[in-house]
Amino acid sequence: MALTEETRAQLLEIVARYPVPRSALNPMLHLVQSEEGYVSPEGIELCAEIVGLAPAEVAAVATFYTMYKRRPVGEHHIGVCVNPQCGILGGEAIFDALSSDLEIGNDETSADGKITIERIECQAACTYAPVATVDWEFMDDMSVDKMRDVVAKLRSGEEVQSSRGPVVQGFRAAERAIAGMDDGQADAGANNADANMQRGLTVAKEQGMPAVDGGLKS
Amino acid sequence: MTLTPNLTAHWDEPDSYTVAGYERHQGYQALRKAFEMGPDAVINEVKDSGLRGRGGAGFPTGMKWSFVPQGDGKPHYLVVNADESEPGACKDIPLMLASSQHLIEGMIIASYAFRANHGFIYIRGEVPHVIRRMHAAVRDAYAHGYLGKNILGSGFDFDIVVHGGAGAYICGEETALLSSLEGMRGQPRLKPPFPAVAGLYACPTVVNNVETIASVPAIIRNGADWYSSYGTEKSKGIKVFAVSGHVNNPGIFEAPLGITMRELLGYAGGIRDGHSLKFWVVGGSSVPMLTEEHLDAPLSYEGMESVGTMLGTATPMVFDETTSVVRAITGWLDFYKHESCGKCTPCREGTWWIDQLLHDLAAGKGKTEDLATLEQLCAQILGRSFCALGDAAATPYPQALKLFRSEFEAGTHTAANDLFDPAAAVVFSGVKTS
Ligand SMILES: Cc1cc2nc3c(=O)[nH]c(=O)nc-3n(C[C@H](O)[C@H](O)[C@H](O)COP(=O)(O)O)c2cc1C
Ligand code: SF4
Ligand code: FES
Repeated sequence: MALTEETRAQLLEIVARYPVPRSALNPMLHLVQSEEGYVSPEGIELCAEIVGLAPAEVAAVATFYTMYKRRPVGEHHIGVCVNPQCGILGGEAIFDALSSDLEIGNDETSADGKITIERIECQAACTYAPVATVDWEFMDDMSVDKMRDVVAKLRSGEEVQSSRGPVVQGFRAAERAIAGMDDGQADAGANNADANMQRGLTVAKEQGMPAVDGGLKS
Repeated sequence: MTLTPNLTAHWDEPDSYTVAGYERHQGYQALRKAFEMGPDAVINEVKDSGLRGRGGAGFPTGMKWSFVPQGDGKPHYLVVNADESEPGACKDIPLMLASSQHLIEGMIIASYAFRANHGFIYIRGEVPHVIRRMHAAVRDAYAHGYLGKNILGSGFDFDIVVHGGAGAYICGEETALLSSLEGMRGQPRLKPPFPAVAGLYACPTVVNNVETIASVPAIIRNGADWYSSYGTEKSKGIKVFAVSGHVNNPGIFEAPLGITMRELLGYAGGIRDGHSLKFWVVGGSSVPMLTEEHLDAPLSYEGMESVGTMLGTATPMVFDETTSVVRAITGWLDFYKHESCGKCTPCREGTWWIDQLLHDLAAGKGKTEDLATLEQLCAQILGRSFCALGDAAATPYPQALKLFRSEFEAGTHTAANDLFDPAAAVVFSGVKTS
């Protein structure tokens, strides 16, 4: 997919959020990935032109960050957290199962171009360990069976919903959301406060602990 | 000690993150009060409350704000550190999802106090739902007149930009974060000058953690005395704890600083049934691990120091007796090696050496002298690195060796996965024993 005038307009929209154009590079490069599936040389040139840098300077920024990919990512991106909390509670087993099912290794894409898998670091979701992500949406409290089910749905084109509400719409759509473009899913899952997030609140209510800041309802 | 839901008090209401949901529970009343108090009084109130930074280092928040030079003619900036990437830390992401407006009200109050008209929320890139949620929350606040020009007729203007990063733990370090936000590689800068003097675009900048800023409105509304009535002498107030790992009911618990891990474990339903505690790591993987004998130490800045560790992010990870400590430490060093920004030699090279030796031990192929070599490597990195990531990388191993020496010694002949069947540590069924 070529970068269009519309892409340029959206990049300029992102730049306009910031007091200094160069500050917009992180979201701009995410937007490039949403169009190209990776940070393409054309994307780097376009960003450089817009913020007034040499392409080499933008490339130097892009190569620093793990999320910017130098090869096209599949239709869907699956991350499996293997940082010890998740890895030990089952993340390693999940990654191994996906890797052998799909016959691909870390950072590789299945032959049909559908799925890229990546070993990822702590996702700030450890209370839900083991955690995976599909198109960077949280899949909490995963198991090998649950993830196999998710992969089957992705391959057959069925809808997959994140544990926190959003419906996954592909790697490129996720990159648009990360760039800050509204996709209408901001309210998905309401406040996302499931039993895990409400654990302390529930105990406090059950045990009649006193109110703080007029806070707790009796 | 009892639990004290404060930031989390209304998480049983699905719209807790909206302006409407927040206003039902005194939302944006603190802002009105702050405008009446005036900026200096707000800084003093926060100083008096004893609030310390919740990003890990525990620096007094009011004091940080007072370092911003006034009348200097330069723009000032507030940058909220929402990079939350420390292994084990998982409190800021839930706060942004469910208490979005607490953060925004806190940002307006803070910026009013040290006279900034521009705020940024730097969110790690891997969480599109949180990025969406904060963009929408900012739009919601603009629509209600809490952001923009002349807020509530106060004459104070304030704008917020939500920024998504791109996957780099080092961007949580405050000067690296500022480099990243300026559109550069996310590498740390020399301090001094500190950000309060020369931060974003070389202008005075306060970098504060999400939880720090979200704690501000309740302090202004209820006063410093109210807040400091919770907690201990040196660790005032209320903290969001996140308990993860081999416990029956992991999750978020809000309690006064000084609660003990034994108490928190009780609220979390205890160690998973049929198992016993092996070690726990309170402040993220960058702090020394603890064991059963430390369960009664107060979870406060000084309480954790007294047992040789740091409170850090106050998000304890819990591991039971099925866990190989060698495997855990090796996994964390994989992380530091991957995340080292490469700017300084001790960390860039040292993390590779440490990780390699640990992998040998984990595979049962280590040499006896590796244990001491690893200690030396850690000692050489500690205090000699450009930023605290290097120190962090050098921290897990020495303590683990002290507590579980025999497991590392076994690494000279037996693989960690033979000593501890990985399947036994897994929390779902169906994984075959090796
Ligand atoms: C490697 C590294 C990673 C860090 N990551 C974070 C982070 O994700 N969030 C955070 O608030 N502070 C993080 N910090 C601490 C920040 O540098 C800084 O101290 C903090 O944001 C200040 O806010 P506070 O005073 O409100 O705690 C990190 C520090 C280091 C050295
Ligand atoms: S200690 Fe590590 S992360 Fe910090 S500046 Fe040096 S190389 Fe970079
Ligand atoms: S270790 Fe996996 S989310 Fe933290």
